[in-house]
Amino acid sequence: MSITFPQKATGSPVAAQLVARIALRAEAVLIPVGALLAGFVAFSLFLLFLGKSPVEFFALVWKGGFSSAFSWQNTLSRVAPLVLAALCVALPARLGLVVIGGEGAIVLGGLAAAVTGTLVVGLPSAMGMVLMAVAAMCLGGLWIGAIGALRIKRGVNETIASLLMAYIAIALLNHFVEGPFRDPASLNKPSTAPIETALQVGDMPFVAAHWGVLAGIVACLLCWVLIERTTIGFAARIAGDNVRAAQIQGLPVSKLVIGFTALGGACAGLGGYFEVAAVHGSANASLIAGYGYTGILVAFLARHNPLVIIPVAVLLAGFEASGGLIQRRMDLPDATVLVFEGMVFIIILLSEALYGRLRIFNPGLRGAS
Amino acid sequence: MEPVEIGLWGVPLAILGGAIRVSTPFIFVSLGECLTERSGRINLGLEGTLVFGAISGYAVAYETGNPFLGVLAAALAGACFGLLHGWICKFKGVNDIAVGIAMMLFGMGLAFFFGKPYIQPQAPDLPAIPFGWWSDTPQVQAALQVNILFILGAILAVAMAWMFKSTRVGLTVRVVGDSTDAARAMGINPNSVRLLSTAAGGALAGIGGAYLSLYYPGSWTEGVSSGQGLMAIALVIFARWNPINCFWAALLFGGTGALGPALQSVGISEGYYLFFAAPYVLTLILLIMTSSPDRAMQGAPLELSLTK
Repeated sequence: MSITFPQKATGSPVAAQLVARIALRAEAVLIPVGALLAGFVAFSLFLLFLGKSPVEFFALVWKGGFSSAFSWQNTLSRVAPLVLAALCVALPARLGLVVIGGEGAIVLGGLAAAVTGTLVVGLPSAMGMVLMAVAAMCLGGLWIGAIGALRIKRGVNETIASLLMAYIAIALLNHFVEGPFRDPASLNKPSTAPIETALQVGDMPFVAAHWGVLAGIVACLLCWVLIERTTIGFAARIAGDNVRAAQIQGLPVSKLVIGFTALGGACAGLGGYFEVAAVHGSANASLIAGYGYTGILVAFLARHNPLVIIPVAVLLAGFEASGGLIQRRMDLPDATVLVFEGMVFIIILLSEALYGRLRIFNPGLRGAS
Repeated sequence: MEPVEIGLWGVPLAILGGAIRVSTPFIFVSLGECLTERSGRINLGLEGTLVFGAISGYAVAYETGNPFLGVLAAALAGACFGLLHGWICKFKGVNDIAVGIAMMLFGMGLAFFFGKPYIQPQAPDLPAIPFGWWSDTPQVQAALQVNILFILGAILAVAMAWMFKSTRVGLTVRVVGDSTDAARAMGINPNSVRLLSTAAGGALAGIGGAYLSLYYPGSWTEGVSSGQGLMAIALVIFARWNPINCFWAALLFGGTGALGPALQSVGISEGYYLFFAAPYVLTLILLIMTSSPDRAMQGAPLELSLTK
């Protein structure tokens, strides 16, 4: 195939363009999929090395994550925070920033939602729910937006700053949950006061999942429109490719950076809101579940495309949902899924080296470099 | 021995002791990162290397009964992580910061995976030298129990500073870190130098991890490190890529980390979790203060993607 493409292409310029475009699209799809498969193979070898059966592993992932209504419920309950945490990575990434502290925004968003929930008791429940969500998004947005501001105003490395801020956020959660906002009734697991039943988010009709899943999908769609179909998104993509060029063009780079990081933080904060309002019922240490970190992998696997984040998040949520089953049936530690995720992450980054280098996707490429 | 009542004097003493105890992993990780960054590459994955070094050191020390073999194993494991990082980053189009994040998650995953059976058993500790023998006060004696690795770290900092300043190896690393083109013109292969620098940096981070599990806190848990590897990387920026500064900065960080436990030891437990966050807040403040918006940081290796 790689030999026939250029010859056909020389026939007519229109056909050549079409072939080149299809090849580029195919490259953007096939390289990540191939890398994901390579990750599966690498992990299978790891299991074989340990004397465990990879077939059994993937069968259990299917069983625990996707095979029944119950397993789908388990998977989908993880999709909402994962999708929203991935947006917290993907939005700044379009501007060339590697922000990895989404965990902090989730944790503080959950805390803000739970505390607001105790303050809005007298109000109509719809208004109370909106206020809770807004509080979570504001705090999450401020938290990550501050990282963007530090980057653009002071040149502070956003990757290190965001991870430090995540540790600070967790310390703040522990402080408030064990101190000022502790519900005296929570004995073994210090928590804030549980939110009222009227303020809890229920399940969607026909699907065994709470409304947060829909909110996450809508957020992805909106972010995709923002990036791909608006002038703001266009400016952000230019700034992400070349900051100096964007500045020379007079684009408001500072505002874009702060806006995109804040928006990402607001998404992660919303994820924290749904964790409190739809899953836990109050803010406590359960909020520190590592969704912020798995979200990094989701965003990189999706190559920071908000639409692709949805299926990737479902896939990884399924793996995480089947963790318990794998632990029981195969006698493997619960960190097995972490090892798998780490391997896939490394291979997906390694595959970045392949773009523009494979003859099959780049008919114009002559000789090896 | 009965603890002597020394009142609030216990706080600075506990902070001094804590600084010596807590700072050792910071010293090793920051020296490792300093070496890697001087060669022009950043390894953000040292948190994962630290945790994996902690478990491999603990496991080997437990199985063999010799803590020094544990330290050696941790260094080897760290070098392997460094080699993998360096090999991946060699390819064009691969983002070394993102690879660091992946290596961090991978290292922690592997450590938790293999560390499960070692949560219960007790491995032998690394020995410490009692520099407080002259005092009758047990608090002073406890504070001046100095581990061998701390002393090794101090020597290493001086040795590395000398290496950068006056040896051929140091010059090679610096040239590669400041200009890939100049290094090529001199007939040096930048990728090999970076690969070796990253591997050596990983080995040092692994030793830092072995200190965590074999001396202080001295056992293997999944929470053995809470961001020390990451703070050490920020510390290198604060120390302006100078090994001697890395050592002093590590002591400062160790002292901050000891603040919460020190206050708790004299009965102040109000806001314990906030004191626990002190090292992260300090790191962040120092990072903000030492960064500059025009991106031309004094002392920074010119090829470093962190500062470009």
